[in-house]
Amino acid sequence: MSLNRRELIGGAAALSTAAMLPQAAMAADTIQLGSILDTSGIFDAYGKPMDQAMRLAVKEINDAGGLLGRQVKVAAYDTQSDMALYSQYAQQLTRQDQVDVVHGGILSASREAIRQTMRKTKTLYFYNVQYEGGVCDRNIFVTGVTPAQQVEVLVPYAMKKSGPKVHILAADYNYGQITARWIQKFVEENGGEVVATDFFPLDVADFGSTITKIQQTSPDLVFAPLVGGAHLSFFRQWSAAGMKDKIPLASTTMGVGNEHKVLTPEEGNGIMVAYNYSQELGTPANIAFKAKWQAEYGDTTAIHELAVSTYQGIMLWAEGVRKAGSIERDAVVDALETGVSIEGPAGKVTIDPQTHHATVDVHIMEFESQGMTVIETLPQRAPIDTQAVCNLQANPDDNTQYEIEI
Amino acid sequence: MDLSFVIFVEVLYGVASLVLISAGLAVVFGMMKVINLAHGEFMMMGGYATITAVGYGVNVFVAMLIIAPLVVGLIGLVVERLVIRHLYGRLIDTMLATWGLSLVFIGLATMIFGNTTTGISTPIPGFAFGGYQVNGYNFFIIIVSILLVITMYAILRGTRAGLIARGTMQHSDMASALGYSSDRIYMMTFFCGSALSGLAGAVLAPLVGLVPTSGGAYIAKAFITVIAGGPSLIAGLVSSATSFGLVSQFFTFTISPVIGEVALLIAAVILLRTMPKGITGRFFKGKL
Repeated sequence: MSLNRRELIGGAAALSTAAMLPQAAMAADTIQLGSILDTSGIFDAYGKPMDQAMRLAVKEINDAGGLLGRQVKVAAYDTQSDMALYSQYAQQLTRQDQVDVVHGGILSASREAIRQTMRKTKTLYFYNVQYEGGVCDRNIFVTGVTPAQQVEVLVPYAMKKSGPKVHILAADYNYGQITARWIQKFVEENGGEVVATDFFPLDVADFGSTITKIQQTSPDLVFAPLVGGAHLSFFRQWSAAGMKDKIPLASTTMGVGNEHKVLTPEEGNGIMVAYNYSQELGTPANIAFKAKWQAEYGDTTAIHELAVSTYQGIMLWAEGVRKAGSIERDAVVDALETGVSIEGPAGKVTIDPQTHHATVDVHIMEFESQGMTVIETLPQRAPIDTQAVCNLQANPDDNTQYEIEI
Repeated sequence: MDLSFVIFVEVLYGVASLVLISAGLAVVFGMMKVINLAHGEFMMMGGYATITAVGYGVNVFVAMLIIAPLVVGLIGLVVERLVIRHLYGRLIDTMLATWGLSLVFIGLATMIFGNTTTGISTPIPGFAFGGYQVNGYNFFIIIVSILLVITMYAILRGTRAGLIARGTMQHSDMASALGYSSDRIYMMTFFCGSALSGLAGAVLAPLVGLVPTSGGAYIAKAFITVIAGGPSLIAGLVSSATSFGLVSQFFTFTISPVIGEVALLIAAVILLRTMPKGITGRFFKGKL
């Protein structure tokens, strides 16, 4: 039998269509949840607990009978801390798996790598991470805290405990730059003064000269939104120089990936932070959450801010689906925009309709014996930084990440 | 006055840490002409060896100064026997092989220790000098570097083993004609080089947060220092570490740490443009 090219292609197309049929039929019975996280590579300390939290949330939803009477099925991809894989797997999730929602992304770079793919393919996207704020896109929901939410409460507290002169040390990329500006704004609003601001590339690990410089400016408080393993050296060298008991430290990043468990108590005790979540929260919701985690994974030490954000993000989405009575993107977005809220391990989380960010409880905490002790809880802080630049009610077609001008 | 003393200590510390970072590479690359791209990973393993030993209750100084160099030296020995010895004299091939090795070591360290940051706290407390707090550990690093340079000089200059090693590096056929096994001498020299890298990683470990990829932060500085140093091993190491340490600390204090790093690189470019054979290619000729 002779076969020409046209017949061959036609046959192949027919075959592959047939092969895809059962898959498509199956997809109708379950709801597909796509997850895209770095569960290996240098960011796995962030990604692994997030993946566990995602699976825990889905299991809980399914055990309770699923959503709209359908089970939720997870399609998860490990991006191996490689930004290039994000766009590849985003294509796979949206075009091949055709999932109903995607949760994931860790670094801001990874979010920006997949956000437009999600928008173009009309796939609802949840980014469940603390980040620099300003993303304005109707297709995305952000459930992590933004700098203003943390800094607004942390600055007055830390200044009250120390004094008005502040020295800022920040990581030298968009997160650090933007956060440093917010710190400056709130320090000035509280009647203080920023005596100096220094930025450090992510691989700087030697802070000796910086510590001398800080002593020259002799501030009352050091604010350090530093990021990653190399920057952890600062906290260590600061304590080694004997500065820890002389000038107090505050940070917006320290502890997000459980870094406070790496520092010894002598190095870490007393550092002031503000987050949405602490393992030490004594609320019934958190105790129940930790018990569930314990039953599933056996060990709760890995739970961190981003994992809890992921859990809350999935619960918010589920609530939106229930409210909409559909998994259709526009219906779910409309439902979420009514200001849906849930009670998560870290307190009440409410979607802010104007920005698609979250209004959350923020806790002021201090490190104590490698834990975070809650000092004060400030309920329901709105994402005021993003609100200042983004209004999706007035501009539903907006698709920008605004750099916040202060 | 207080400030100038503190800055003086910081500059000394800057120079000392460059000497420490580069000493192992100076032996492996400077003497043996093996481009060891896994140098940073040898340092990283020195750090992990220290932290692991301290975890088992070993005194931190014993762990840093004895256990880490020995462990990394032995790893170096295995690497030399299995890989490097087949590649002597093949510059490009050693580069490829050691780069592969560095990936293997990063992978192994990740498997064993995981990808999270670990560390130990510094064993020496800080102290006040006038109105300033000084990191006491900086003095320890300065002293270790000075002792290191003196010991290297004494061994290479004063002992028969040092003489034989230097002779073999210069003319291995002549050394074997005189009855010395150049194979064994190369092996021992590589062991010493690796041990020095392990020592550097161990001594710096309390100052940093250690991850399996930490080595990458050192490799560029080490190569720049050794290449700019030129043909003389110790004179080159000390002179280039001093120049770069001074330049980078000067700009760090007057402007910012980022400019300090940039200044170091620019200084290296200018230095190599004006002295392509390194500092000791022009000054201190014929010195060790």
